[in-house]
Amino acid sequence: MALTGLVLAGFVLGHMTGNLLMFKSSEAINAYAAWLHANKGLLWGARTVLILSTFAHIWVGIQLALENRAARDGGPADDATRRATIASRTMPYSGVVILGFAIFHLLHFTFRTIALGGATFAEGDVYKMLIAGFSCKPVAYFYIISMLLLCLHLSHGVSSVFQTLGLRNERWRSRLDGLALAYAWIIALGFISIPLAVLTGCLK
Amino acid sequence: MVQDNGKEQTLALKLRVWRQRRGQPGAFEEHSLAAVPTSASFLEMMDMLNEQLIKAGKDTFAFDHDCREGICGMCSMTINGMPHGPIPGVTTCQLHMRNFRDGETITVEPWRARAFPVLKDLAVDRSGFDKVIQSGGFITVRTGSAPEANNIPVPKPVADEAMDAAECIGCGACVASCKNGSAMLFVGAKINHLNILPQGQAERDRRTLSMVKTMDEAGFGNCSNYGECQAHCPKSITLDVIAKLNRDYLRARVKEFFSSTGKPSKGGD
Repeated sequence: MALTGLVLAGFVLGHMTGNLLMFKSSEAINAYAAWLHANKGLLWGARTVLILSTFAHIWVGIQLALENRAARDGGPADDATRRATIASRTMPYSGVVILGFAIFHLLHFTFRTIALGGATFAEGDVYKMLIAGFSCKPVAYFYIISMLLLCLHLSHGVSSVFQTLGLRNERWRSRLDGLALAYAWIIALGFISIPLAVLTGCLK
Repeated sequence: MVQDNGKEQTLALKLRVWRQRRGQPGAFEEHSLAAVPTSASFLEMMDMLNEQLIKAGKDTFAFDHDCREGICGMCSMTINGMPHGPIPGVTTCQLHMRNFRDGETITVEPWRARAFPVLKDLAVDRSGFDKVIQSGGFITVRTGSAPEANNIPVPKPVADEAMDAAECIGCGACVASCKNGSAMLFVGAKINHLNILPQGQAERDRRTLSMVKTMDEAGFGNCSNYGECQAHCPKSITLDVIAKLNRDYLRARVKEFFSSTGKPSKGGD
């Protein structure tokens, strides 16, 4: 979970910073997209690592969730929680929603088999595609909600990476939790800024 | 707690206690218990309940207990959903009735985990822990007369850290409080205790791999860093031991993977 999660957490940072070129100019994001597609080796190398990590993350996650449920054996009738966070307790659920979002997101913007927003996607014009896509309100709201869940997922996941790799102790736990929370919010707010800007008319 | 008239305060309680025979489904039984002194321990309150049941000609509740001074790790009740009850850092036997209110309903359950099947009522089978210890929770030494204590110097910080881990009494509250039924805190404590002492070095990797394998086979769950175990541990063992267990496990796996066979490979020169 930790190693594949680390790959995926690194990917969302790269993806998010790339997206922020939207605020620079339409030429900047389109040039960035063209550059990515021109470097086939880099693009497919990254895609291969991502696809493998995603499947491994999901496979191990399902296995752990099933094993853990069985090991708990129902738990006490009168269950009490002292310190487990909401984020830690909802990892499988936030994960499932993020997966559903990722599939929709790929169909929407990568394969373009869903043309919500009524946009005709001109090849190479990523800027126009995003504006058209997020002009469809349900799409923008789903995107925002999914990114908030990603924030929840990362806030627990990023901190847990350190624990799993044995790089955490009582002194560093709260610092790393804070770092993970900051990272999660930076990612989520970075992503959310684009649909929000489209919804409020800042990006046209 | 002493009242103004010098008499000890007492509580009248409603108890929901788990009744189960081995291999059969269980259920809660409700009982009323009056005149429980606030100075009584939780186990003494359970003794009062059992005496009341004996007088009425009924079956008593089975529960584990031994030293009753918080060091043996035998007592094992989930009280109002919390292993060892509502006060952090104490075992059930050191939990006193002054922490409860008059008229309160208290739910008493056994440890709940697949790896700890119920033997009877509140007593569970914790031999999963014994198997983990048998698979590596020791240092192999030739028995005989005690060796000279200063033959192997142990730095003070190492001794302190080992002692912190050795505080674990193996009660199983970590498993019972974990939402995954994981035994990582217990195994982490044992591994830390032995793996950092000079005497434990010879068997360090073998111990780590073997204890983790046995832990998995015994049906315990996996750690997902909830931190409930630390919050419920009567000895306040911290998650540090789990991080150290993960580190030692990774190290042992890497060393095992790249271990020398002592022979040149086929086709090699």
